[in-house]
Amino acid sequence: MTTEEIMAVAQGKAPNETFVLNLGPQHPATHGVLRVKLTMDGEYITRAEPVPGYIHRMQEKMGENRTWAQYLPNTSRIDYLSAMAYTHGYVGAVERAAGIQVPPRAEYVRVITSELNRISSHLVWFGAFLLDLGGFTPLLYAFDDREKILDLLEGITGSRLTYSYYRFGGLYNDVDEDFLGGTREFVAQMRPRLGMYRTLVTENIILRKRLEGIGVITPEQCRKYGATGPVIRGSGIAYDVRKVEPYSVYADFEFDIPVFPEGDSMARYLVRMEEMGQSLRIIEQALAKLPDGPVMAEKVPRVLKPPAGDYCYAVEAARGRFAVRVVSDNKEMAYRIKLRTPSFSNLSLFEEVSQGMMLPDALALMGSLDLVIPDIDR
Amino acid sequence: MSLPEPFRLLAYLLGIMAFVGLNAAYLVWVERKGAGRFQRRPGPTEVGYAGLLQPIADAVKLLTKQVIVPPGADATLFRLAPVVVLAPALMCLAIIPFGPHLVAREINVGLLLLFAFGSINVMAIMIGGWASRNKYAIISAARVVSQDVAYEIPMLLVVITMLMVTGTMDLNQIVRQQAGAFWNWNLFKLAANPLMPVTFVIFYICMLAETNRAPFDMAEAESELVAGAFTEYAGMGFGVFFMAEYANIVVGCAVATVLFLGGWQSPIGILPGAFWFLLKLYALVFSVVWVRWTFPRTQFYGLLNLSWKILIPIALFTLILSSVMLKLF
Repeated sequence: MTTEEIMAVAQGKAPNETFVLNLGPQHPATHGVLRVKLTMDGEYITRAEPVPGYIHRMQEKMGENRTWAQYLPNTSRIDYLSAMAYTHGYVGAVERAAGIQVPPRAEYVRVITSELNRISSHLVWFGAFLLDLGGFTPLLYAFDDREKILDLLEGITGSRLTYSYYRFGGLYNDVDEDFLGGTREFVAQMRPRLGMYRTLVTENIILRKRLEGIGVITPEQCRKYGATGPVIRGSGIAYDVRKVEPYSVYADFEFDIPVFPEGDSMARYLVRMEEMGQSLRIIEQALAKLPDGPVMAEKVPRVLKPPAGDYCYAVEAARGRFAVRVVSDNKEMAYRIKLRTPSFSNLSLFEEVSQGMMLPDALALMGSLDLVIPDIDR
Repeated sequence: MSLPEPFRLLAYLLGIMAFVGLNAAYLVWVERKGAGRFQRRPGPTEVGYAGLLQPIADAVKLLTKQVIVPPGADATLFRLAPVVVLAPALMCLAIIPFGPHLVAREINVGLLLLFAFGSINVMAIMIGGWASRNKYAIISAARVVSQDVAYEIPMLLVVITMLMVTGTMDLNQIVRQQAGAFWNWNLFKLAANPLMPVTFVIFYICMLAETNRAPFDMAEAESELVAGAFTEYAGMGFGVFFMAEYANIVVGCAVATVLFLGGWQSPIGILPGAFWFLLKLYALVFSVVWVRWTFPRTQFYGLLNLSWKILIPIALFTLILSSVMLKLF
């Protein structure tokens, strides 16, 4: 509805034929417990109001009454699909606060595992997004590839989803030959698979018609709501934390930031598909350059008491910029932990962008934002 | 057939009901097994050999569940809808010739009857969606109506083209005209209409849309409308809708076989007609399953555009073309 039409309804000049449709918290398209209160005019959305909070677990408050080390496992559970990056963000912030130097081998392994995790996260998104669009089969193919990553990561971390692999000053343990060989093999296998996804899914005419020119997010909207990750890169802004504020050893690698200026659902789709290829590139280089040495810094105190101060560390998680701000008052617990999660900002623009869209298009848009609900609610 | 008339009818009645029941049950198995193979997994394997008893287990489960009529729903219509959706499909099968003599009723307006009953399906889904008093169901019901209105037109245009080519509405007569090797099938009768294969493709697409199958499954659209018009149906109420979906696929594919693929005519002159009919029928049914597990769902307006802007003009063109050909030759 246009503004004039809404005004006409409000003044009683036109009949109000809209109805409210509760999408969620239990709905197949919201991938969890997100609730969107839709005001619909037929199949058109006049207003979509996201109602988050159904899986709010007080992650930030928990950080204030656990020791620095005790809070570490929590970070894997915020965005369970890209747990590595989230642990990296927290560990990085605490290392910055306590002034711990991480040995180079540990940094390289962090990059390798983070990028593997990014691929596995994008594969889940790929399957789930196609599921939103009514195509069931690609999900199973994506999970086939993801399984290999999970097996590799399970071999070194002991878990398949919530890894908590990084420690203050390094890693839980060193990687073995099985992991390195398996990763090389995986990189070789994954390239042709990406080509297969292109011919099987990306070039499908039905898919293109559903995504191209639909759900356009302008760069201004991205800036207004603080969107990051593939969402902002799909709107033509080359913002990637790995490039603009390089952390860890990302500065050592050559890789491109895929940017598509269209801003539609297809652009976001293509950004993620390209990113998987770039992640493979990074993994390859990191494997080739992997130095020897310890994976744990010496002299990391058992009870950490970072000097008082305010520290921030940002990483590029699979969904965008994840930043941790820790405020320390030189105690064994944090004074305050603030988590800047990408899904929350990415969801914020949904209300504005989805206005006037049809329900299936809006759900395709929501799928292309790649929301993880615990990441929104924290 | 030398049975006296009442017994003959009873036998056919039971036969058709059993055929539909068996098809609905085992097409679900075929669908699940097929989907499994397309997706690199084995599909059902636990119940019986290769999961062959799975449909029975599913049916028992559905039958033992309570049929819940949601409060506020129109109870009469809500209960009526599953019946209205299945009955026309059964009716249609009564006039499908499975073999030269294997037809319950040979009617000289068979084709007309087929499409008259075939379109009741839409009304049933609409009734079900409306009576549920569920917003998702109502959206779905509205979609189904506009979808089926849009696709009925090109389908009937194609059928008119076929009527002009064959000159009869008697299904058995249509099949008899296609005797001989496969180039005598209507699909390859290029002399009557050079665009015959295109006509078949239009018919096939319309059939997918009419039976609400992927990629046109707007009625169910599980990622958008939860389960569409069937959201509020539990137990066997849902089961009957499910059966009707498969019964309608069988009817649609049977009509396509009769109209285009020579029905029970054998291309090489061996084996009984019923075998060839079922072979062609299930080949088409398999292709329907194949399409479903390969393509994502279309856009709703994309679907309507496809019908109004592409299929109807082409169908109209083939209609005019075949009438011109008839007049000239």
